[in-house]
Amino acid sequence: MRCSRSTDFLLAALATVALAGCATIDPPKPWEKGDLARPSMRFDADPLVDKAMAHIYQSKEGAGGGGTVGGGGCGCN
Amino acid sequence: MRFLPALLLASLACATSANAVKPGDPAPPIALATPGGDAVSLAPLRGRVVYVDFWASWCTPCRRSFPWMNAMQARYAKDGLVIVGVNVDKRAADADRFLRDTPASFRIALDADGKTPAAYDVKGMPSSFLVDRHGIVAWIEEGFRDERRDDLEARIRALLAQH
Repeated sequence: MRCSRSTDFLLAALATVALAGCATIDPPKPWEKGDLARPSMRFDADPLVDKAMAHIYQSKEGAGGGGTVGGGGCGCN
Repeated sequence: MRFLPALLLASLACATSANAVKPGDPAPPIALATPGGDAVSLAPLRGRVVYVDFWASWCTPCRRSFPWMNAMQARYAKDGLVIVGVNVDKRAADADRFLRDTPASFRIALDADGKTPAAYDVKGMPSSFLVDRHGIVAWIEEGFRDERRDDLEARIRALLAQH
């Protein structure tokens, strides 16, 4: 099937509109990252508490890297 | 469909910033105000070496750069160095709090709208633009690292020696 000239134009117009849409989701500029740098934007509430929790979890698992690596416990991986 | 590649190219061309400031370019004009309301602009500073620093309250290296900029201001103001710290915080209160903890002895300009960093095409925080006595950007420093202090000071001194 051969595209007619008007379909061609319509597709081009649609593509333009679609591409223009991408412009609105521009990532924030380096000087606009104030809100992203706020403490409330962290994944962890408190890095020190997080470390302590990880330490307890690891000692319960009984292996180094027990908090992150699957398996373990016997020390043989 | 033969327009599509051209369209894609055009959109790419729009995406890459056309207004990137490079060393050798004239420094884009600045029209801002100090927290006290005094006007800050580059035009009256023609004939002096200007160190334009973009900073924010949430930027940790900025905090470390302030004592160094204070020292540079104290050491070279008599030779014609002017440091302008452009704050890009959205909330003026954040800048106030930062300045209480980290006093600045150089002039501060507030730019909550971010027009100036956009004009300078700031790539990271902090960013500094060293402008010579003719209003030309001589050096662009991204970030603030302790090991770069000496080189930056040498660049400032070299520009001050030019007339």
